[in-house]
Amino acid sequence: MSDRAKDFPLHRRDVAKTLLNARVDMLIVTGLGSTNWDFTAAGDCPRIFPLWGAMGGAVTMGLGLALAQPDKRVMVATGDGEMLMGIGSLATVAVKVPKNLTICVFDNERYGETGMQTTHTASVTDLAATAHGLGIADTGIIRTEDELAESLDHLTTGHGPVFRVIKVRAEPLDFVLPSKDGVHLKNRFRQALLGDDAL
Amino acid sequence: MGMEWPNDIYAAFKEAGVDQVAYVPDAGHKTLINACIADNDIKAVSLTTEEEGVALTAGAWLGGDKCVMLMQSSGVGNCINMLSLIETCRFPFVAFITMRGQWHEFNPWQMPMGTTTKQTLELAGLLVEEVEDPADVGPQAAAILHKAFVGQQSAALLLNQRLVPVKTFGK
Repeated sequence: MSDRAKDFPLHRRDVAKTLLNARVDMLIVTGLGSTNWDFTAAGDCPRIFPLWGAMGGAVTMGLGLALAQPDKRVMVATGDGEMLMGIGSLATVAVKVPKNLTICVFDNERYGETGMQTTHTASVTDLAATAHGLGIADTGIIRTEDELAESLDHLTTGHGPVFRVIKVRAEPLDFVLPSKDGVHLKNRFRQALLGDDAL
Repeated sequence: MGMEWPNDIYAAFKEAGVDQVAYVPDAGHKTLINACIADNDIKAVSLTTEEEGVALTAGAWLGGDKCVMLMQSSGVGNCINMLSLIETCRFPFVAFITMRGQWHEFNPWQMPMGTTTKQTLELAGLLVEEVEDPADVGPQAAAILHKAFVGQQSAALLLNQRLVPVKTFGK
């Protein structure tokens, strides 16, 4: 078991804030579970859809949204554990080539909700290489603040699909919870995006 | 002789304004899948496993698209936890499911899911209809699409195995 993630320089809450503020019209799907709390802490708003369950579904939910809204940038921000559970969805994205979809995996090499047990990425699994092997051409790993700053424009405007692993520190953080009412989350998202007629 | 009912489902999709179709390749749905792929107004999404399609459907609805799923009864078992997304958030959902394990089933491995598809989906909160008469597929398809996208329910239409040619693996 590797403890290296305890020394990764990037803090996930800072990364979420940077991504959320990088483009105010970006639509965001966050996966179970820590990325939900990260983006809620960064600024809970209707254009974020946090998944309280449906583990493994964040990427395909983002794909459905990206296909429905080809003129909007869609970002899926999820964790390494959630990504591993839906790993085949990267092949589905790769085949469909959504030009407006960015996937950011906040990789702390841990299952945060269940007690910080290590995921497969703590030892041998490389999610960026996996995504590339599944057919996503534009993949990479972000490890530092400088690398994040340099990538920001590409993450929010670059030709998709864009896939990045963002190595973030394994650290204990307070829960900052969004609403867990799924109907409310759905309706506020659709109202903000599509208008009152969508309700 | 080609079957007509896949074309009737396709016509119902067009009438209902279906934007996205998610599918796992399936012999029973082959004609319908090919019609959707050939249609430039339909975004056809090939999945690696059926549960992806459940999440895709929810994402599509968030963005204002109507998405339907095509799969085989064996795929229903792959969807169970992901269907919690549909039920918890009350996303409209509709699946067209070709049945195995019913009529001249050759493969015993298809029996466990094929014989429990309806109960499984109902336990997951879906409204389930089944159709066996080829002439009734079109009207049933239109009704289930209306139930999902106008009535905002989660529903599935089971296409009885008698609708598709018997599979024998050449034996």
